[in-house]
Formats: sequence, C-alpha cells, structure tokens
Amino acid sequence: MAEIAEGGGGGHGKGKKRAKKSSTRVDMTPMVDLAFLLLTFFVLTSTFSKPKMLPLAYPAKTEDKTLKGPKMNNGITFLLSENKIFYYQGEYYFKGHAAADGSITELKEVDFGPGEKGVRKLLGKLNNYVLVKKQGLDEKLKRKEINDSTYLSTLEKLRGEKEALKVLIKTDEKALCKNFIDLVDELKIAEIGVIAPVDITPGELQLMKEKLKN
Amino acid sequence: MPKIKIPKSSPSIDMTPMVDLAFLLVTFFMLAASFRASEPVTVNTPSSISDKFIPENVIMVTIDHDGRVFFNLSGEEARREMLTNMLGKYKMKLSDEQIGKFTFMSTFGCTMQELPSYIDTGADDRITFQTKGIQVDSTTNNELYNWINFANVAALNTGKTAFEEAKLNGENPKADDFKPKFILRVDSKTVYKKAEDVINVFRELNLNNLNFITSSELAPIN
Repeated sequence: MAEIAEGGGGGHGKGKKRAKKSSTRVDMTPMVDLAFLLLTFFVLTSTFSKPKMLPLAYPAKTEDKTLKGPKMNNGITFLLSENKIFYYQGEYYFKGHAAADGSITELKEVDFGPGEKGVRKLLGKLNNYVLVKKQGLDEKLKRKEINDSTYLSTLEKLRGEKEALKVLIKTDEKALCKNFIDLVDELKIAEIGVIAPVDITPGELQLMKEKLKN
Repeated sequence: MPKIKIPKSSPSIDMTPMVDLAFLLVTFFMLAASFRASEPVTVNTPSSISDKFIPENVIMVTIDHDGRVFFNLSGEEARREMLTNMLGKYKMKLSDEQIGKFTFMSTFGCTMQELPSYIDTGADDRITFQTKGIQVDSTTNNELYNWINFANVAALNTGKTAFEEAKLNGENPKADDFKPKFILRVDSKTVYKKAEDVINVFRELNLNNLNFITSSELAPIN
C-alpha cells in the first residue's frame, strides 16, 4: 500500500537542493511489543499476598505421665476428623467415670462455616465474656483513652482470665492440616487465649468413630 | 465547482500515552515483584486472618501433601555451621564446593545418605529427585531432630552477633527479635498426624512456640 505523504507539501521548484527531511517520528511498535511482553510476564508471575504466619504455642512435653492437665472449668474440647468437627464442653465423662448427675459425654457436631450451625457462632456465644469486654476496649482505643500497648496488654490479660473460654484440640488420624488451621483461625477470631492441641484418648476416638458412622 | 474535501487523517495512531502506561505498569510490577528461590516442593498453604509477617531469622520445616519433610534455615553463615555440625555427627565428608552449594540452597529434603547426590543435582531437577524427605519417625535415628537442634544453635549464634552489631550501632534492639522463629509450612491437604510428628520433634527439643505459614484472608467484620 502506498504511504500517505505527510508534511512536506510545499518546497518544490526553484531547484534548490535540500537535504531530505527524515521524519522525526520513530517507529515505536517493537518497543511497545517489548513493553507489553514484559508487562504480561510480570503480571502473570507476581504474587501479591505475602504469606503470613499464625503463631501457636504447644504445651511443653513432660516425661511425667502421671501429671494431669489443669481441671477444665470453662473449657471446650474440639475433636477433628477429615472436614468434620465435633465438640463437647467441660470434662470428659465416660462409663465408670460419669458426671455428678450420671450423664456421660456426648459429642455434638458443628461445621466450619460462619452460619447458624457454624463453629464461629458457637464460639461467639461461649466466649461472649471476652468478646463483650474487648468491644469496650476497642471503643476506648478509638476514643484514644488508652494507647496501643495498654490495649494489647489488657487484651492479653483478658484472654487469660478465668471466665474466658479455654480450648483443647484433638485430632484423629484422618484430620487434614487445613481443618486444623481453620479451627485455630476461628479460635483466634473468637479471641481465645488458651489453645492447646493435645493427644486424643482412645475413648474419645471411639466416640468420634461412632458419630462418624451415622 | 469546489469539492468537499475530507481531511486526510494519518493512519498511524499516536501511541505515546499507551506506551507511557505500559512502561508505568512494567515498572510497577517489576518493583512490586519479589523473586522467590526455587523450591523443591509446591505447597498450598491454608489461609488465616493472621497478619504477622515472617521475620528474617527462621527455621522452617515444610511438609508436603504426601507427608514428606523438607527443611530450611535462613542465613548462609548459619547454614554452614549447621552443616558442619551435622556432617560431624554423621561422620560424613563433603567437598568445599558441595558445602558452598549447600549454603546457597533454599529448602532441601533428603536423608543424610542422599545428601551428596542431592546437592549435586541441579536446582531445577531437585523437584524430581526421588526421596522420602528428611527422616522423622525412627526414634534411634531422627535426622530432623538433629537438623533442628544444630540449626537452632547456629541461628542463635548468628542472631547474637547481629544483636551485638545492632547494639554497637546505637540502636535499641530487643534480644527476642534476633532469636530464630520456628515455622511450619504445611499443605492444606497434609494429614495433620504427619505435621504432629514434626511438631513432636520440636517439642522434644523444648521448642514449643511454633508458627504456621498461612496465606492471608480477610477478617470477618462484626
């Protein structure tokens, strides 16, 4: 195709020799190609969200097998299996070691969702004491009545109080890491300070197996 | 008769703004991108609302979805020290070149026996290196236990020097910031029991404060 002449309209005639005017425009197409190539490369290869870490303190290992854990007054135990989550409140009672009213522990099921049957609702209800107090603290912080470090230390203390919920996590051999982290995450959302992943007892395992069957 | 002239428009479009934009974006992505060292395993971490960044001085254990265990320690000095201790413990010898290669490696996962051939394998071929990862289970020969133990000693040493240096520079450092953090990188689909085996090794060493790597997720608004 013929190129359309640009500019140089006049200037004919009179026979004066002039140096040919070369266009001041540079063909930018290759550069643009390259720029977009690089752009595509970086867009596709870059990952934005930097990984974060979720701290979790495990109970120290003791050789002393006779040592019993602290009595759980305000505790809940979660039992994890593959994508399933069961819980019971308080101490574990079984036949031969029943509660004062003769009842034994029964497992209840919740799911990982935020819905009505979800673990978040349950924890929100049970750890209401801490959550309500935390809201008060949040407002104080907003009104600048307390500074950041006092806020954090008060919150830390609040989480460890007697009325705050304490959580034990036990897993069977089928539970996935995702399930575990999801649960710990929910516990952090519910501002639970004491989280202890511990070994499951054969009795609890049996109870969970029966529950999984139906 | 005068003809109506249609103004001739040039068929070439001015590309300058587009090029400007393209280069702006290229620059942005180039600066924002951080390059990761090639890892021998791909791990899809679970997500959590945690917003804690991963510090510099870390001892990281990776567990892939088959339960294979990989290990990583940050810092070249510390890695060298750890490897020397480890070779002494297992009465093995590596050439200086191999030791040098090891200090620049990122995550690795192999038994002590496989270590020389693992180091000699190219970085890209380590993905296909046939290994069961670092041995955890056998109580008599728990290689992970030794790795973590020596890594901890080495990381504490380098942390101490960094701490002293910061002190000399007139900063007001906290000693805890220079201590190594213990990090577990688990795949979502890893069975938790496998992770627990590794956690128990940490606990045997009395290292109870662990961290899980997670990708971030939005906290619920209440």
